[in-house]
Amino acid sequence: MALQPSDNSSSNPTSLPWSRFAWLTMLATLLLISVGGLVTSRGAGLSVPDWPNSYGYSMYTFPISHWMGGILYEHSHRLLGVLVGVLTTVLAVGLWVRETSGRQRWLGVIVMTGVAGLLGRMGSWQVPIFITLAALAPVAMVWGLARFARDRQALRWLGVVAFAAVILQGTLGGLRVVWLADELGFVHGMLAQGFLVLICFIALLSGAWRDRIAPGSIAAPGLRRAWWLAVVLVVAQLGLGAAMRHRHAGLAVPDFPLAYGRVWPKTDATSLASYNRTRVEATAQRPIQAADVILHMLHRSNAYLIAAFAAWLTFRTWRDAGRKTPAGRLTTVWLALIGIQIALGALTVWTGKSADIATLHMVTGALTLVVASAAAAAMARMCRVRPAFVEPSPTGREPQPGLAGATTAG
Amino acid sequence: MTRTSVIAVATLAGGLAVSAAEISGKVSLKGTPPPERKIEFDAMCGKLHDKDVTTRHYVVSPDGGLANVFVYLKQAPAGKPASDKVPELDQVGCMYEPYVMGVMTNQLFKIKNSDPLMHNVHATPKAAGNKEFNIGQPVKGMVKDHTFPSREVLVRFKCDVHPWMFAYVGVMDHPYFAVTDKDGKFKLPGGLPAGKYTVVAYHLKTHGTAEGLTQEIEVAEGDKKEVNFTVELPGS
Repeated sequence: MALQPSDNSSSNPTSLPWSRFAWLTMLATLLLISVGGLVTSRGAGLSVPDWPNSYGYSMYTFPISHWMGGILYEHSHRLLGVLVGVLTTVLAVGLWVRETSGRQRWLGVIVMTGVAGLLGRMGSWQVPIFITLAALAPVAMVWGLARFARDRQALRWLGVVAFAAVILQGTLGGLRVVWLADELGFVHGMLAQGFLVLICFIALLSGAWRDRIAPGSIAAPGLRRAWWLAVVLVVAQLGLGAAMRHRHAGLAVPDFPLAYGRVWPKTDATSLASYNRTRVEATAQRPIQAADVILHMLHRSNAYLIAAFAAWLTFRTWRDAGRKTPAGRLTTVWLALIGIQIALGALTVWTGKSADIATLHMVTGALTLVVASAAAAAMARMCRVRPAFVEPSPTGREPQPGLAGATTAG
Repeated sequence: MTRTSVIAVATLAGGLAVSAAEISGKVSLKGTPPPERKIEFDAMCGKLHDKDVTTRHYVVSPDGGLANVFVYLKQAPAGKPASDKVPELDQVGCMYEPYVMGVMTNQLFKIKNSDPLMHNVHATPKAAGNKEFNIGQPVKGMVKDHTFPSREVLVRFKCDVHPWMFAYVGVMDHPYFAVTDKDGKFKLPGGLPAGKYTVVAYHLKTHGTAEGLTQEIEVAEGDKKEVNFTVELPGS
């Protein structure tokens, strides 16, 4: 028996073309994050000292002959940022046009395309405009999320959130360069992960995904809370990772699984001096500090915690929601990603923080968050309300997941 | 000028010369440092070298002299720079030259690109008053003049285009500093008034966030003191 969504729908959010376009945007975002990871891994974030120009050129006309060394990564990252900005604008405008009509439609289209066109021209004179719009972006994001919370069928508001977020993200990246602010690099890195999740949700919700998950199909509120805890743990892990990357503390502890030959390394002044004396880096690194070592160890410790929690959560999800359900499948993928991620973390240390491996580690981390968020959302929907009618299970212990669309939608 | 006058001036000059104390010495390394790493140049920078280049964390002479140690007096009377020559931090062969140098606070020094390719110059000082900056030097021969207003040991310079390029500049509020040469030897500028001083030898890789090795020394007018340091690595 199909269980109907409990939302008060304003319209049908399903639109395969826009879902596909959102997936395309997500792929472009993943590529952008990957190149951004290479920028940080190779210490190239400030290889182009100006922004939005590049060595005085418009970024669109910056000669390819100058794309050398770190500039290749940084400039590619900027151009990919523009591409994602354009794709996000098209997505946001498309969703808006699809769900609105009349004056409201044209007002939204004019505002979004006008802003995108203004920012797309590039030029150092635009920095105040970027800053102004970036300052307004959080307001638009909160507003968009609030409107979406009121009407979960109105994906146009998620489009507005994405549009504002991409402006904020681009501006943060640029200001990190011209203000020489490392802390903005951390925020830029974290917002990138959140943006990826957002685009993934637009892609899922505009596709048939929501129809495949019947609300209230299982009665396991503990599982729903556990999945949100999983998301929190992954976000915390990504935060620790981002802080490590931007402090260049990835090799603050150069051995694994032990740390300077111990379970937990010493961080007194004598030990730190000893660590620094033996570090022979080929790139500009400041001497490591106790905070770097502690940050690194927290990242490792949280990884172990996540691994253990993931094993337990997988068992519970498979048992309560089934392995063949969307949530069950996402759980399987998530567990696999965590295994890969831990292996990549170890490889990052063992290879002396090879830029490619470190970047792959970062990208896999982003995917881990995306999958955990999708699984948590699926679980939240499945656990939303107790079903009015639950088929008794053969054992009589657990209700069977009533995945209405799982059999019809594939 | 009469002969008497010439003699008088010469005597005075000689007297001034002998009244100025001088401190020189050597910094040695005891122990075996970790091996340096070969620098993996990119294609364009690789063309500028016909043999391998390594990092310069521990540059040690055959007799144990340790190069690139910043030696300075902890407290000393302010004065003018020891030389009229404007210090220069050059980018040549995709490396900074010199690796370690010193300037006085508010002393103008030059940052030059001698390479036929693009570099950016990114200074990351930490002392209050010394501002971080990042500029492009895309064309050979470009020069930027710069000063630092605050004392700092050491300010890191790096190129983000070529991440293996980094160098350090010590900024002192007096002229009594030097950097050890390839044999580990140093000589502080002359003209030091008589008194008690603390000589500091700071090697970045060995001392990190610590102050470095120190020695108390007392000099009288005309003294020529030798101060030697030994940097010891654990296990030596």
